[in-house]
Amino acid sequence: MAAEPGKQFDPIRQFDLHNMVDIQIGKYDISFTNSSFMMVVAVVCICLFLYLSTTKKSLVPGRWQSVAEISYEFVADMVRSTAGRDGLKFFPFVYALFMFILFANMLGLVPFFFTPTSHIIVTFALAMMVMVTVLIVGFWKNGLGFLQLFNPGGVPLILKIVLVTPLEIISFMSRPLSHSIRLWANMLAGHIMLKLFASFIIAMAVGLTGAFKLGAIAPAIMTIALTPLEILVAFLQAYVFAILTSVYLNDALHPGH
Amino acid sequence: MSGLTIMMAAASGTKDVQTFAPLDTSTFPSQLFWLFLTFGVLLFLLAKVLLPRLGGILEERSNRIADDLDTASRMQREAELAGKAYEQSLSDARAKAHNVAETTRASVNVELEAEMQIADEETARQMARAETKIQAMREKALANVDEIASETAKALVEHLYSKKISIVTVRKTVKRLAIKTG
Repeated sequence: MAAEPGKQFDPIRQFDLHNMVDIQIGKYDISFTNSSFMMVVAVVCICLFLYLSTTKKSLVPGRWQSVAEISYEFVADMVRSTAGRDGLKFFPFVYALFMFILFANMLGLVPFFFTPTSHIIVTFALAMMVMVTVLIVGFWKNGLGFLQLFNPGGVPLILKIVLVTPLEIISFMSRPLSHSIRLWANMLAGHIMLKLFASFIIAMAVGLTGAFKLGAIAPAIMTIALTPLEILVAFLQAYVFAILTSVYLNDALHPGH
Repeated sequence: MSGLTIMMAAASGTKDVQTFAPLDTSTFPSQLFWLFLTFGVLLFLLAKVLLPRLGGILEERSNRIADDLDTASRMQREAELAGKAYEQSLSDARAKAHNVAETTRASVNVELEAEMQIADEETARQMARAETKIQAMREKALANVDEIASETAKALVEHLYSKKISIVTVRKTVKRLAIKTG
């Protein structure tokens, strides 16, 4: 950690990883970092939330049980409507993705908490999990028929060979990238923006003199306005990630469109 | 430290000391390892414990609701049947009452007629008896009339002609005259 006064205001520093426990296996450094810690916190929160809210198993749900049920039905409906009834096999996977990203994003909004999804490798790994699942399921279920995906019907042959199939292949290949960068960039930009405006408050209050100190109110208002927006983005990105996963799984299950 | 330098620092990334942390490949193994571990544990717990638990609650509720709806519709059907049975028994009772009234009326009529007949016969018999009696009395009376006429005629003749006449002759004459005049 840099102790120079300028460093703590640097909006990029919040993404730094710090080793909490040094672990080295072979040539790989798999130290337990603040990111790992937040991942564990997110998983523990999700499990505790789902476990404690369902201990009573009441027929008429209480407040917490209601929330848990809503999250369940929300994701289940999403999977059912986009990937069909047979897509429900992957419901736990989509639900895990949704909750993990949602909790990681939301917890990351708490000041001084790290956001694991603000690192491209994490979102890319999640996107690759989806991609690999789609590929395995696609070829497992349909064999080579999965390649139907790149051969949409109702298009003239020439146009198909020259344009449509290459485009379909490119769009399929770029899915993990778009899938991961969308989430990562949103988290990164949101956090930079929040940190930037928050640091303006301190910079103006400390750096300016006299009545100009009151100018710090402007970035304060901005920070307050941005926070609900970021909460919305945190939820929305988890939702988008989950629903795109359902859409991709639908491609794997029903490649013929 | 001014806002301007912060903005410049943000715009230019962190050119001074460290690399941009999210793109620092040296941290990738650790992040991947912990991501797969935590996400794997989460996925396992969700798939094996938490989601079946939650899904069980939801299913139980929807079953319960379906059951309750079934029970309600069954009860409604039963109520309808009971209503129908009630109507049926009511109309049966009504028909039976009607029947009873009808048969009673019929049997009373029969009885009445029989008694009327008996009474009629009795009346007829009595009338017949009375008529014979009247007939007898009339004949007797008529016989007496002849006798009175004969005796009156004998007395008249004896008085007018001062001559005896046999009552038998008078009687014969009277009888003849009576037949002639009707």
